[in-house]
Amino acid sequence: MDYYFLFTSLAKIVALLAVVLGIMNYAVYAERRISALIQDRLGPNRVGPAGLFQPIADAAKFLLKEDFTPRHVNTFYYWLAPCLAMIPAITTLAVVPFGSTLFGVPMVIADINVGVLFVFAIASLGVYGIVIAGWSSNSKYPFLGGVRSSSQMISYELSLGLAVIPVFLLVGQLRLTEVVRYQIEHGWMIAPFIGDWANLHKWLLAIPMLISFVVFMIAIFAETNRLPFDLPEAETELVGGYHTEYGSMKFGLFFLGEYIAMITGSAIIVTLFLGGWHFPGIPDGSHGWGWGLVNIFVFFSKVAALIFIFMWVRWTLPRFRYDQLMRLGWVFFFEIALVNIFLAAIILAYFPQ
Amino acid sequence: MLRDYVPLLLHIGVAIGFAVSALLMSVLLGKAGRRTRVKDTAYECGMVPQGETQPRFSVKFYLVAMLFILFDLEIVFMYPWAVVYKEMIVESKLVLWSMLSFVTILMIGYVYALKKGALDWKR
Repeated sequence: MDYYFLFTSLAKIVALLAVVLGIMNYAVYAERRISALIQDRLGPNRVGPAGLFQPIADAAKFLLKEDFTPRHVNTFYYWLAPCLAMIPAITTLAVVPFGSTLFGVPMVIADINVGVLFVFAIASLGVYGIVIAGWSSNSKYPFLGGVRSSSQMISYELSLGLAVIPVFLLVGQLRLTEVVRYQIEHGWMIAPFIGDWANLHKWLLAIPMLISFVVFMIAIFAETNRLPFDLPEAETELVGGYHTEYGSMKFGLFFLGEYIAMITGSAIIVTLFLGGWHFPGIPDGSHGWGWGLVNIFVFFSKVAALIFIFMWVRWTLPRFRYDQLMRLGWVFFFEIALVNIFLAAIILAYFPQ
Repeated sequence: MLRDYVPLLLHIGVAIGFAVSALLMSVLLGKAGRRTRVKDTAYECGMVPQGETQPRFSVKFYLVAMLFILFDLEIVFMYPWAVVYKEMIVESKLVLWSMLSFVTILMIGYVYALKKGALDWKR
């Protein structure tokens, strides 16, 4: 094991974590400003110019609050739950390629061959944080929130898993860097016909890919417990849902985990369907470190655009009823995603390039 | 091969370290308050807590969990198929029809569950 490899890996991990935490902090600020914009209010605008220091004030507040553990909770699991809610969200980012190369170092922390399987395996651990929080709190609202959440998250995991299969029918590998490389050569997954307009095969392939994209995106909404799927914490019925009994940084970690899960979800959508760090006309990192930085910037711009859509949806749509939610996941999306796989497979088999 | 997983371990370590240090900082910096009897009760909108803290809940949640295991396994079977599909379809179309028949058999179970009302939350 050479030290150069270890050192660059550690540098990438720390840099990525710093960038993601920065985005996360300002996503909270952006969410409050965007919700204010949509509801015709002002939003936080007092701390610093245009309220830009609000995230720092929030972080300080989380740290300085009284750290209180009520007597009626199951102490060990009560403390474990916030960590379990956040660690999977951060860990998933390790396999996502967030840039081409910088000084010859590939901009992905761990380029493993099981790529997307690792993402699903770790992301589904996130449900434990919520269920354990709900159960260990020994209180009615968190308990109901936890039970609802476990059911919802596993239901939408089916659609999530099915929706990406057409991508791997095309790519033929589970490695996420290979998915990006394929999209550079053959055009982005949701619009492969760009630049190759007369190619009927690519127009046909765009149909299942677009369906996949929509199903995957909506499943990510459900997995991150955001409106219109925020039943685990539905504040009008369950007060705060699974984190009702939490305060100070323990609540802060749930909050952090939710936003980082949103960033991770967006990053995976970008990698699978929107070309990753690639943008037509921009060369990769082998043409100089400046282009390497531009690639990273392109990737995070796409992620930011998706996060904006997440927020837009949250402040526009009302919440589902529970039976509607389960019906949508199990009947509608499950069937559509399954048929979609065979649509893609038949196109590949009978309409070859 | 195994070398690819070393940064992953580092990454998980950093993630755990971040979570633990955030909690630790909150314990050290947080202002200690008085502990009162009311503060220790479960929160139910300011009312005195009533009944069991973990009430009975619908058996439907178990049913969903069981169905999930069944259908998630099916999805896991489809991944290796998806990975080799592009190479094998060139030789013969059998690889498409074999998977289609497998899914058809599974769908009989799915339709049965639907007809039995396993996913009908209104009842």
